[in-house]
Amino acid sequence: MRTFQTYGEVLPRVSLSDLSGWLIVVEGTDGVGRTTHINRLRAHLERLGYAVAETGLSRSDLASRGIHRAKMGNTLGSNAFNLFYATDFADRLQQQILPALRSGFVMLTDRYVYSLIARAIVRGADPDWIKNVYSFALKPDAVFYLRIGVEELVPRVVAEGPFDYWESGMDLPMGEDLYDSFIEYQRRVISQLDELAKEYSFQTIDATRKVDAISDELCESVSHLLASRRSESAEEQP
Amino acid sequence: MIHVETYGQVTNRHTGRLFIVEGIDGSGKSTQLTLLAQWLRSLGHLVVFSEWNSSPIVKATTSRGKKRHLLTPLSFSLIHATDFSDRVERDIVPALKAGAIVLADRYVYTAFARDVARGVGPSWVRRLYRFAPVPTMAIYFRVPLDVALHRILSGRPTLKWYEAGMDLDLHSDVTESYKLFQGRIQNEYEKIVGEFGLEVMDATRPVEVQQRLLRQMVTPWLPTTPGTVVRGTGGAR
Repeated sequence: MRTFQTYGEVLPRVSLSDLSGWLIVVEGTDGVGRTTHINRLRAHLERLGYAVAETGLSRSDLASRGIHRAKMGNTLGSNAFNLFYATDFADRLQQQILPALRSGFVMLTDRYVYSLIARAIVRGADPDWIKNVYSFALKPDAVFYLRIGVEELVPRVVAEGPFDYWESGMDLPMGEDLYDSFIEYQRRVISQLDELAKEYSFQTIDATRKVDAISDELCESVSHLLASRRSESAEEQP
Repeated sequence: MIHVETYGQVTNRHTGRLFIVEGIDGSGKSTQLTLLAQWLRSLGHLVVFSEWNSSPIVKATTSRGKKRHLLTPLSFSLIHATDFSDRVERDIVPALKAGAIVLADRYVYTAFARDVARGVGPSWVRRLYRFAPVPTMAIYFRVPLDVALHRILSGRPTLKWYEAGMDLDLHSDVTESYKLFQGRIQNEYEKIVGEFGLEVMDATRPVEVQQRLLRQMVTPWLPTTPGTVVRGTGGAR
């Protein structure tokens, strides 16, 4: 059986030897359509007979309320925010992701440590520092990066409704108004994600295309990956 | 080398002073720090007291995690780092910039000792706290384990789950688990003393003797003319 590894740091009091599921990450900036594609991917995998679980940023039992409260008032320092998200991630890793992998589920995660690293760097964190903070994270089986440029992103976000305060980096802020700040903030986040895509070998999917074309590519790539891993482990059986 | 790496991000220049006391429960450090604060205030210094676990926003999450036993060694470490970071940004750094004397009952060394005693990687947790300002002086209150345990346990305290290290399955009895956990923490402190050059106080000596020594230790580091920096705030908070 294959074994999962972390990015270097051992998880205290946790065994990684009994994980039989898959960890699939969908990355991409705000408004790129991750939710749509994860929903479609989930339906596709369930049709194929895989058990699927999901998680995403700030969905932990431990820290989701606190993060929500902190965002309402913008009263937490930016470094503390970085660490609050790390706390949330650690809780989800141990309470959601690991149990799902132990039970043989396909764990779909709507963003992973990479978005958190990118956002922290844009807010001034030292890249080596924040990467070290997340070095306890499991290396996923695959990271699919829905890639879009800020020029293509803008019409979608405008169509979807009002600009979000945090997605526009207004805590910094990076421009005179919401629109200007959104453009500059997203440009920097996307640029960081592009860097991380190289460093962590993301599989980049061109997300400027039609929704069906994107989801077809994503579904095909994931089901191919799962099928190949399944046959590998079947061959190892005596 | 480790010292430099650990405090890698600190570039802020400030005129304040940061004095830290560290030690296991029952070492008497809090008593000593309170007495020091009174003395410094009486000399006319601007004194700010900073306590561990005091950020209001993060506190609710920490309490929730502790009450419901949701915390693992990793999330325990991270939520406390979150809290500490907020305190550094909102509380400690501004006070240091204002030229205050900041007194902290426990600092990053508490996390190094406690988290590593829980199985968290020593170098990971040291790097986690790189954002922390380097203290002017950190004093470790060294006391034999049985003396500290006697001070704490003779009062029949209600030991809390994480305080007693019950999450580590060291012992099914809370008091026994607490003793074992405190022993582990003390082992870690002893490594930290040399690694970070902490000053050591013999915490078995009488309270007033320790206080005299403590005042002697900090005196060379005090601002020369008390109260010349930022008087307007009234000298206390």
